[in-house]
Amino acid sequence: MIAETGHFALILALVTALIQFIVPLYGAQRGDRALMKVAAPAALAQFSLIVIAFFALMHAYVTSDFSLVNVWENSHSAKPLLYKISGLWGNHEGSMLLWVLILSLFGSGVALFGSNLPLELKSRVLAIQGSIGVAFLLFIVATSNPFLRLDPPPIEGNGLNPLLQDPALAFHPPFLYAGYVGLSVSFSFAMAALIDGKVDAAWARWVRPWTLAAWIFLTIGISMGSWWAYYELGWGGFWFWDPVENASFMPWLVAAALLHSAIVVEKRNALKIWTVLLAILAFSLSLVGTFLVRSGVLTSVHAFAVDPTRGVFILMILCLFIGGALTLFAWRAPALKAGGLFAPMSREGALVVNNLLLCTACAAVFIGTLYPLALETLSGEKISVGPPYFNLTFGLIMLPLLLLVPAGPLLTWKRAEAWPVIQRLWAAALATFAIVMILLVAMARGPWLAPFGVALGLWLVLGAAVEIAERTSLFRSPLATSWSRLKGLPRSSFGMTLAHAGLGLAVIGIFAVTAWREEHIVAMKPGDHLNVAGYDVTYLGEAPMTGPNYSGDGGRFRVMDGNREVATLVSERRRFRPGNQETTEVGLLQAWSGDLYAVMGDRMNDGARAMRIYFNPLISLIWLGTFVMFLGGLISLTDRRFRVGAPKTARRLQPAAAE
Amino acid sequence: MATITISRTTRKQKRAALILAGLAILGIALGLVLYALNDTIVFFYTPSELAQKNVQPGQRFRLGGLVETGSLVKGEGMTVRFAVTDMIKTVPVNYNGQLPDLFREGQGVVTEGKLDASGNFIADTVLAKHDETYMPKDVADRLKAMGVWKEGKGTGP
Repeated sequence: MIAETGHFALILALVTALIQFIVPLYGAQRGDRALMKVAAPAALAQFSLIVIAFFALMHAYVTSDFSLVNVWENSHSAKPLLYKISGLWGNHEGSMLLWVLILSLFGSGVALFGSNLPLELKSRVLAIQGSIGVAFLLFIVATSNPFLRLDPPPIEGNGLNPLLQDPALAFHPPFLYAGYVGLSVSFSFAMAALIDGKVDAAWARWVRPWTLAAWIFLTIGISMGSWWAYYELGWGGFWFWDPVENASFMPWLVAAALLHSAIVVEKRNALKIWTVLLAILAFSLSLVGTFLVRSGVLTSVHAFAVDPTRGVFILMILCLFIGGALTLFAWRAPALKAGGLFAPMSREGALVVNNLLLCTACAAVFIGTLYPLALETLSGEKISVGPPYFNLTFGLIMLPLLLLVPAGPLLTWKRAEAWPVIQRLWAAALATFAIVMILLVAMARGPWLAPFGVALGLWLVLGAAVEIAERTSLFRSPLATSWSRLKGLPRSSFGMTLAHAGLGLAVIGIFAVTAWREEHIVAMKPGDHLNVAGYDVTYLGEAPMTGPNYSGDGGRFRVMDGNREVATLVSERRRFRPGNQETTEVGLLQAWSGDLYAVMGDRMNDGARAMRIYFNPLISLIWLGTFVMFLGGLISLTDRRFRVGAPKTARRLQPAAAE
Repeated sequence: MATITISRTTRKQKRAALILAGLAILGIALGLVLYALNDTIVFFYTPSELAQKNVQPGQRFRLGGLVETGSLVKGEGMTVRFAVTDMIKTVPVNYNGQLPDLFREGQGVVTEGKLDASGNFIADTVLAKHDETYMPKDVADRLKAMGVWKEGKGTGP
């Protein structure tokens, strides 16, 4: 009964989305305020209905109602509660429901918080959101209904893929989808602006927080996914340039570019057409990502197994939205008035370079991800494009960008001189250079390029420090003055500095672990020793162990640092009861200097076990860095001017606040 | 008036310069992409395709098929030998390293490496089916086309 209610709510949501799409759009065209005002309540109603559907399915999962095909296929009564819940989005149908839930959540967010938007713009934005809702709700109802019944109901379910039974992966999809789908708001704003024929500073100010929110979610979602791959897959790596990883990384890159170009629109009223195009591209890449993951055209660790009709349906949605948006863009973009002028050497110029490089890097990833598909379709030849391609192209394109990041925020708007910037950065440059020298001498091992990579990350961190010191005129005025200046800085500027520093930390981690990882693949018997990065690792032996829905063997390793026992690591081989799937649990010792990472492998002929033991230096910095980027985004999001909203109001409020 | 005309020409010039700079970056990037694609791509063959293709020893490629039942031999230390088959031709594979969790005889596998002079495939990477829903699609497609594909035993009634 509850499931039927959910199904019914889903169909009602589709109808509501249709109303949300058509009525306000028509109303805005006619200038009919009553029709335009339909948009906000429709968005809220659509959200409420999807919430009902979502919780109906959730109820079925929590109570293990195996009369639903979807629950039977993906759940099991012996699973811990967390994984019963996360099992909902661990499959195609359920994850699509989560997708539209988040889509309508963002839509109702615009409806609720957009009270200072002009009614026409707001109703057009919500109408476009509604149209996306129509497409995906139709997709769910027509091809991926999660509420299908089974008769007679089976007694036990098939269980969730054990690799997905992990806390990081339980929360990874909601964050990632929030990022993907959050970009739909920027897209809707872009479409509304094209219909309107007007892009101005106020528009950019409304778009930026939504883009920022989407980018924050994408950052944390990608970071979680990478963390999961690191310690759950047991391959010792953190990023594999897997097509599905790339599918989430491409929108992230373009969203980052959009964040930066929207600043230029907001502050200088320039780069408008480009910014609108970026907003369209960012969401288009989200759709491409959704298509790649779900159509079955790619094979990947993360891909869902899906039937081709769904792939065709998503491909149609994809063509409709991307094609429609680009057509509208080609037709209406010339109507947008060009804005402020600037010299190539200026803050705007630096942001243009940022955009060009980020988009080019994204294009390189795009080609590498889709070229094998295209080639197979055209010639039948099967190839794989692996990490060497991506490391070379993406790395070389990002290099100048990373080098220039510390300089960008120090440039002035409109027209800037290079010399003052160089003067301000010389201390950071000198410190970076010194570190390269030290590392070149100290690190005998590893490629000679590695110290430069680490120094590049350090350069970003130091550059961020210089930037904050400059803004507060630290060391040049009394500390009290610097302190009050620091307190007076807008939060968005803090956010930027943090995000740039976080990027630097992640870069340090990536280069350090890639260049200086220690890898041992050895056969070990109980009592055998191994020296890994100064630790003495002893294999103690294995013991059988059981969990709620699995049994297996746990191999224990004693880790000594000199004479001090640091830890006992346990690496498990788990066999999950439904289906007897095997997974490996990594034994992990985390420290600032790096992670000790132990994996127990197959039993050999002579009773020994094949062990893989890594030392991953500074790898924690990768996740720390992404977390700092996330934090920077979050702080920037709480900036006063986004809360206050339209620039006019802000100006009127400022004198009052100063008194 | 004069200032206006100046600003008009500079606006145009600046836009042209901007577009040129953009094209230059894109051009360089395109060259880089083509170079990298040329250099880093790895082709995929099944054993029977390998027999037709005349692949030189030392050239990297991926070999995919089923692990021949009864072919897995564990050798000294971490070395293993097995054979990859597509039910028509079979290629012996040497591998020094740890096999993935889901490596099984009779199931799909993709290996990456190169041939040695005597026709053995020296693999440095072995990718087995990663879980029940993931399989080397390359393998599945070819084997399905040949009608010898067996779905993995595992989940499902």
